[in-house]
Amino acid sequence: MTDFTQLSLFDVLDGLEKKDFSAVDVAEATVKAAEAAQGALNCFTSIDGDKAKEMAQASDARRAKGEAGALEGVPIAIKDLFGVHGVETSASSNILKGFKPRYESTVTSKLWDAGAVFFGKTSMDEFAMGSSNETAATGPVVNPWRAQGSDEKLVPGGSSGGSAAALAAGISYGATGTDTGGSIRQPAAFTGLVGAKPTYGRCSRWGVVAFASSLDHPGPFGKTVKDTALLTQIMSGHDPKDSTSYPGEVPDMVSAVGRGVKGLKIGIPKEYRVDGMPSAIDTLWEKGAQWLKEQGAEVVEISLPMTKYALPAYYIIAPAEASSNLARYDGMRFGQRVEGEDLIDTYEKTRGEGFGDEVQRRILIGTYVLSAGYYDAYYLKALKVRRKILEDFNAAFEGVDAILTPTTPSAAFGIGSKADADPIEMYLNDIFTVTANIAGIPAMSVPAGLDKNGLPLGLQVITKALDEETMFAVGGALEQAAGFTAKPEQWWA
Amino acid sequence: MSSEHTYVIKGATGDWELVMGLEVHAQVKSNAKLFSGAATAFGAEPNTQVSLVDAGMPGMLPVINEACVAQAVRTGLGLNAQINAFSRFDRKNYFYPDLPQGYQISQFAHPIVGEGEIECERDDGTLFTVGIERLHLEQDAGKSIHDLDPTATYVDLNRSGVALMEIVSRPHIRTPADAAAYVRTLRTILRYLDTCGGDMEKGQLRADVNVSVCRPGQYEKFIETGSFEHLGTRCEIKNVNSLRFIMQAIEYEAQRQVDILEEGGTIDQETRLFDANAGVTRSMRSKEEAHDYRYFPDPDLLPLQLEDSFIADLKANLPELPAEKRKRFVEELGLSEYDASVLAADKDRADYFEKVLEGRDAKLAANWVNNELFGRLNKEGLSITESPVSPEQLGGIVSLISDKTISGKIAKDVFEIVWAEGGDPAQIVEDRGMKQVTDTGAIEKVVDDLIAANPEQAEKVKEKPKTMGWFVGQVMKAMGGKANPQAVNEILAKKLLD
Repeated sequence: MTDFTQLSLFDVLDGLEKKDFSAVDVAEATVKAAEAAQGALNCFTSIDGDKAKEMAQASDARRAKGEAGALEGVPIAIKDLFGVHGVETSASSNILKGFKPRYESTVTSKLWDAGAVFFGKTSMDEFAMGSSNETAATGPVVNPWRAQGSDEKLVPGGSSGGSAAALAAGISYGATGTDTGGSIRQPAAFTGLVGAKPTYGRCSRWGVVAFASSLDHPGPFGKTVKDTALLTQIMSGHDPKDSTSYPGEVPDMVSAVGRGVKGLKIGIPKEYRVDGMPSAIDTLWEKGAQWLKEQGAEVVEISLPMTKYALPAYYIIAPAEASSNLARYDGMRFGQRVEGEDLIDTYEKTRGEGFGDEVQRRILIGTYVLSAGYYDAYYLKALKVRRKILEDFNAAFEGVDAILTPTTPSAAFGIGSKADADPIEMYLNDIFTVTANIAGIPAMSVPAGLDKNGLPLGLQVITKALDEETMFAVGGALEQAAGFTAKPEQWWA
Repeated sequence: MSSEHTYVIKGATGDWELVMGLEVHAQVKSNAKLFSGAATAFGAEPNTQVSLVDAGMPGMLPVINEACVAQAVRTGLGLNAQINAFSRFDRKNYFYPDLPQGYQISQFAHPIVGEGEIECERDDGTLFTVGIERLHLEQDAGKSIHDLDPTATYVDLNRSGVALMEIVSRPHIRTPADAAAYVRTLRTILRYLDTCGGDMEKGQLRADVNVSVCRPGQYEKFIETGSFEHLGTRCEIKNVNSLRFIMQAIEYEAQRQVDILEEGGTIDQETRLFDANAGVTRSMRSKEEAHDYRYFPDPDLLPLQLEDSFIADLKANLPELPAEKRKRFVEELGLSEYDASVLAADKDRADYFEKVLEGRDAKLAANWVNNELFGRLNKEGLSITESPVSPEQLGGIVSLISDKTISGKIAKDVFEIVWAEGGDPAQIVEDRGMKQVTDTGAIEKVVDDLIAANPEQAEKVKEKPKTMGWFVGQVMKAMGGKANPQAVNEILAKKLLD
């Protein structure tokens, strides 16, 4: 009997092709594993065994007719931010409770067109705002990983924490996420997975609930670099329904994975060394550079001087866009409404009760920075910083092919451990990841080792715009050298 | 500007003058909305022309409709304005149930059209120029319907997302009548360009009027220096939807402001609404209550970059506009200024006239369109597009007059027949024996008989030539009105006066 939880995406494709099992077998095992884990991990907002079975049956039929797509029969977990036709899409928020769109996001359409099977939606920080998946309306998601000798519940990272936890627990063979400031890469690092954010415009935002439009990047999680490359490739492509979608061809990302790094120049940005960073992360970073050198790359120190302004700029631009994007949740046409005495009262009650604290905090920040009298000092200045950061990267990529950094400044932390802290402490989780969102360039996290408590850590690869091939080549090289095979000890089901 | 075109309000402390600028919202004529593929037809069942984008569904994104961009550029060219190759869409944020996204996509910092000017025409035929500050594209909101239910408001999103052009004038308008003339001229231009239907009753054209008052001489200082400190504090009257209401609202508002100033008060800058039933303006919100719209560039849309060839193409295919047409009618067709103005002032009329004209005598054609046809249409309360007489039919009548087949008098009878029964004028004239007699022999015979029968009367004509009219009448009567009047006159003159 196959242990489906141990299979990678390519393993599943292989097994299906060899008729070791059917798509229905995989779907049933996946749904069973999801239902078994849900009580302990709380990583799904909905699990739909019927739809999974129906899609798997159709998939088996296509394969039998010789019409198998690139993801034929593979269950993929979908972050609750993606609109899936007829399935509740709530962005893990009370305000969208019960909202079932009559449309399918472009990215999920591409997955289903390639033969992938839907089986459930994953929890996330409310409206993708957070780095710990503690702000979901359905409660915190629990990381399958625990520190050695401890049963403290850890966060899976966020905002795409449900997708990360599910995949790390062996449920599903790929998952979608969105990355606005690190929301794919940080949870990937916290759960020992690969997570990629392609160039802004590669993956259409159409049908994905918006957080911060100019920073939102749909992307995938995978168990391996190759799995992740395939998912990225399938999810990418021009969409005329998204005006910011990139109209060019999608490169062959899967082939790039094994290409190697011989002759590549890798930059190590000195500004990414921050005070108080655990030594394990620094050590792993050096190890990563060494691995690439051993495979024929040249490693050089580079400078990205504007790095320290990235996080403040991000926390102005993202809330500004969010304050406007979330205005449509007013209880008038869909989602939850709390009746008040008059229109204003209804607005206030609906939004006051429908949105959680972090979402309200960001709406307030965003409203403030766009207000008359503050716009120039905050929003406009942040846009200038944004341009400077892009110039930093452009200058760096004159000399190097890729940049290597840690993904996060720490490993996964305990649920509730930052509850009383200044929100800024939580925001600091994104310190290494926001820069790539601000610049709109490809970046991925690759699991590279464990810290002293046995918790996974990730390394980040950043490349220039549209060069996902080099990113996956470097990611593949790191994966090969790191030989990361650790899995969380099964305790949740 | 001559004094008769300045509106003066006499106060105990001296005279006051008016200064106005208008913001006209013109619905773009297009099949689809500005950022969605939904249809735009007027009068559809509520909420049947609403796309997911127009309803502000989660994850929906706007995509610009190129046809609307072309319409805005075409309009800009028609307003003799600067076309901005670079423009950008901003979000104007505010909450209202008929605004599904919670923001209106508009152009704040970088409009698609910059400065221009138009020549406007008053009822008396005099002209005045109004500067255009800008034209930008924006989405319309939906419609809130408050009177269907005592406690609930209904929302119709059919209009949500429909493209509007906001055309902002400079404060160059000085009288209520000029404000109406400006809107009328603008509407004519838009209709010529076919970029807006211009029907104010259907809400295709709505005006916000900014009104302020100042002492005589201050406006001239403003024009000289460009400094608004010379002008009074303005109030904005929102959403006035007819030319008559525009004038009424301004008259009321100007007097209200003067009354306050005369009593030593100051004008509060505010937004007001015109209550057409009561004929007054009422405060809607003060400057302090004004929304902070938190404009910022819409991150869902790329800036609009227009190719030179795109603009050049539209320019090359621009139709003749009313001012040019009027000029051509006078210079090339030899029409009077008055006839040319009346014909050019409305696109449907001009089109009608040009069809009547085709190869025919221009003055005669103009005379028949302006006097006979318009007179009759006015009497029946019909518009030119509802005329029972087609331009081809009227042209036929004009031809019959020109080639002397019928006289002008008979032509009026033919016109009446065509009006009431339809038919080809030439055929009608043929069938009913209405052709005029130009056979001088036949006329001479009648004239000779009449002179012979009325010798005294004939003598009298030699002393008082004006009395020849009696003979003309008698000849026409004898010939059933079909004699060529010119021939009759000539023959009579020869026989009676020589």
